[in-house]
Amino acid sequence: MTYQIIETCVNCCACEPLCPSDAIIEARPHFLISAKKCTECEGDYIDPQCVSICPIEGAILDSFGKAANPIGSLTGIPAAQWVAMIAEVRASV
Amino acid sequence: MQLKPIAQTASGCTSSGCGGRSDQLTHLPKHIREKVHNHPCYSEQAHHHYARMHVAVAPACNIQCHYCNRKYDCTNESRPGVVSELLKPDQAVKKVMAVAANIPQMTVLGIAGPGDPLANPERTFETFRQITEKAPDIKLCVSTNGLALPEHVDALCEHNIDHVTITINCIDPDIGAKIYPWIFWNHQRIKGRKAAEILISQQQKGLQMLTDRGILVKVNSVMIPGINDQHLVEVSKVVKAKGAFLHNVMPLIAEKEHGTFYGIMGQRGPTTDELTALQDQCAGDMNMMRHCRQCRADAVGMLGEDRNEEFTLDKIEHMDIDYQQAMQQRAAYQQQIEQENQQQSRGEMVISLAALKSKKSLRPVLMAVASSGSGVINQHFGHAKEFLIYEANDMDVRFIGHRKVDLYCHGGDSCGEAESKLDKIIRALEGCEVVLCSKIGYEPWETLEQAGIQPNSEHAMEVIEEAVAAVYQEMADKGELTQQHHAWLATA
Ligand code: SF4
Ligand code: SF4
Repeated sequence: MTYQIIETCVNCCACEPLCPSDAIIEARPHFLISAKKCTECEGDYIDPQCVSICPIEGAILDSFGKAANPIGSLTGIPAAQWVAMIAEVRASV
Repeated sequence: MQLKPIAQTASGCTSSGCGGRSDQLTHLPKHIREKVHNHPCYSEQAHHHYARMHVAVAPACNIQCHYCNRKYDCTNESRPGVVSELLKPDQAVKKVMAVAANIPQMTVLGIAGPGDPLANPERTFETFRQITEKAPDIKLCVSTNGLALPEHVDALCEHNIDHVTITINCIDPDIGAKIYPWIFWNHQRIKGRKAAEILISQQQKGLQMLTDRGILVKVNSVMIPGINDQHLVEVSKVVKAKGAFLHNVMPLIAEKEHGTFYGIMGQRGPTTDELTALQDQCAGDMNMMRHCRQCRADAVGMLGEDRNEEFTLDKIEHMDIDYQQAMQQRAAYQQQIEQENQQQSRGEMVISLAALKSKKSLRPVLMAVASSGSGVINQHFGHAKEFLIYEANDMDVRFIGHRKVDLYCHGGDSCGEAESKLDKIIRALEGCEVVLCSKIGYEPWETLEQAGIQPNSEHAMEVIEEAVAAVYQEMADKGELTQQHHAWLATA
């Protein structure tokens, strides 16, 4: 298993041009990583490029199926506060 | 297709006196003045008559700001800088041609997002290249966070882009660390103070490179109370020293449901008074742009008037555009505007209240005006989505800025959902003593009066400045201007 883009991807295109292995596909409903092509950027960069620019927490999973950018790691919003906000917005709709 | 006559369809700013009294550009060197002449975002004169559009071709971003949430881009979104229809360069070019053929006032094409144009250089420059080729009469501009600016300055010059807007919120990395959680730099995600340090240095470098090459640079700053508000006075000085010709301070808009860091963490935006005070402080150093209404990234049309709906992808698909013919019409229209402008400036519409013979000094009064255009009071109170704010004092009447009803949330507990539209308006009109409109219902009339704001529909269809002057005169005659505004006294 390599890196994987899941449905929370917002199609911002940031990752696609950075991939040294041409592994990222501009697919719909969301971008995809070709498991065959992805090298985890080994030999090219210290950090996986897609993971390093993706603005959406949880949109990319690592080879263990875990969020490469977990909740709170990019926005700085504590997870509890985020969850509370989502619940509040849902309740008011 | 039929070209619509445009003279009446849109007159950008609804105020005829907006910038009319003392054009803020007069101190600038001639070549710069000429450059900004037609730019609706830069010249107070121009934004009455010229329009700009933005196309959303740049989705990617290379930094994160605490006032932005990349997840939220729903179609109901009308916050500034947010777009829903992402275009490929070819589609964007088609849209620009369609708009330009229909709206001869459209003189400026900008790329501002939804990400950062320079983090999407292929898309951005491909769009500019095609426009320069197909519609050479349209000016190009780009807004950026500045991180990738230095490396693209040469390309910008090649494309003959002479307007660049840089968003600079700080020059102190410690402050920056509270605004920017991370940047993508040199193939790495960098966080904290170091990230801010790199971003700031790139912004300042890019700014200097652009002004060295004679490219016009405007600086935008978001005012974040408690974070960078006082610091922006310093920012204003520094960017001016580097040659930026305009510094535009905008209020932070942070609501919980936007899902931004600031929104969720309860960071409030500035009150209109705080904003105006800071703008005044910065204006001592530099020209400020008070008529900014924080347009959406894909806004089409005059500032504050979004005609994007008329030009969606499937609609332009069926438009048949003869751009050669359109270009002639555009040129004719613009010439006509020029002539009118010259006549107006000869006529010098200055409202002088110096005639007010009062021994006591009179306090200034803020008045809000509901107008849908043409510089007259012609809008029903209930239809106004924004108000023009004028200040009258014993010398003259001057246009201060716009207040949008929905945009101005002041945070805090008063911000509950139960708040009615009228409450919102009253809050947006904080500090105003009079509202001038063409008509107003009985109920809002009463509520406004209770809030210490006097509604007035006696001056319907009159020229704004003249009406404001007349009302001020009446207030002076009644002796209301030698005492403090009672609403202020009540709350003070
Ligand atoms: S980890 Fe590297 S190689 Fe794999 S998809 Fe991301 S950028 Fe491409
Ligand atoms: S950077 Fe993240 S959100 Fe953007 S397209 Fe790639 S995976 Fe999707």
